[in-house]
Amino acid sequence: MSAPDQWPLWEVFVRSKNGLSHKHSGSLHAPDADMALKNARDVYTRRSEGTSIWVVLSSNIVASAPDAKEVLFAPSDDKVYRHPTFYEIPDEVGHM
Amino acid sequence: MLPEANWITRAPSLRSKLILLAKVQDEAGHGLYLYSSAETLGTSRDEMIADLHSGKAKYSSIFNYPTLSWADMGAIGWLVDGAAIQNQVMLCRASYGPYSRAMVRICKEESFHQRQGYEIMLHLAKGTQEQKDMAQDALNRWWWPSLMMFGPSDDNSPNSAQSMAWRIKRKSNDELRQEFVDKTVPQAKFLGLSIPDADLRWNEALGQHDFGSIDWNEFFAVVAGNGPCNSERIEARRKAHAEGAWVREAASAYAAKQAARRSSDSKANPQAA
Repeated sequence: MSAPDQWPLWEVFVRSKNGLSHKHSGSLHAPDADMALKNARDVYTRRSEGTSIWVVLSSNIVASAPDAKEVLFAPSDDKVYRHPTFYEIPDEVGHM
Repeated sequence: MLPEANWITRAPSLRSKLILLAKVQDEAGHGLYLYSSAETLGTSRDEMIADLHSGKAKYSSIFNYPTLSWADMGAIGWLVDGAAIQNQVMLCRASYGPYSRAMVRICKEESFHQRQGYEIMLHLAKGTQEQKDMAQDALNRWWWPSLMMFGPSDDNSPNSAQSMAWRIKRKSNDELRQEFVDKTVPQAKFLGLSIPDADLRWNEALGQHDFGSIDWNEFFAVVAGNGPCNSERIEARRKAHAEGAWVREAASAYAAKQAARRSSDSKANPQAA
């Protein structure tokens, strides 16, 4: 029997409830998008975990490099004025 | 069919059959989560399956024991899945993200397996004398293999130091085994069943149970491939893989055909593509 080439890897994203965004659940191999969706349903939503599934070919995902973490994300650490708690509002003003 | 799958068609009620099927489906999923996690380290699924079939890859020693009666489905859920959870709860905090995330999902699902196993034991233990004997017999056979699931004792576990250093494991084999014994003894007592260990007793000073020594010769023999069902299990795995080949080939052929059709459609009608 000839072994077919290994099926591509798909990343599975599940939306848990209407209103929430899709969240990564895991991955699986499947020959095409339809099978990937069917398998994702069987593997990742057996206990009412989802109302919607996305499957994306892993090879189509572009990721930031782990060693770029400092360069990309450190600059936001010293910009506390981007957070509402940075600003002092007198109690008399009430909730804002 | 894998050895314990015999009990799907022999389940005593439709309810227990549905539950067992759901459990098997979960376990297949757990295999898949773990393979996915291992793949992130750069090996391929095909290589790992080939290694399993050739005997190169190890798997848990527990899977090499036979399931002789329906009570074994209870004892496996209660003890084997219970021991697995003891280990996996710790692994939820493992340092390697893809592995610990898989473990979080696994733990949520395993909890159902353990409870359904205990329920089977409870029904048998509260049933006729014959049923109670069945439950006791299953406990007698699964107790020691379940304790062995935690792996060799700390002074004889070559992989433990590495796993602890990398923070994959956060507790030692013996610590986990002790926790499991302490947790399980009262559960057995509630069932009115006795654990097959003459040396098992509460140690007031240590606040934990003392228990008898494990037959490590048996453990290493099973790990080396000489357990009661090693060859049967791997043979069943190989057979299932070979007999499923046409399904994989058909799915690949269908995917290729659909892809070819889509690409010729878009050439014929580029606006619609």
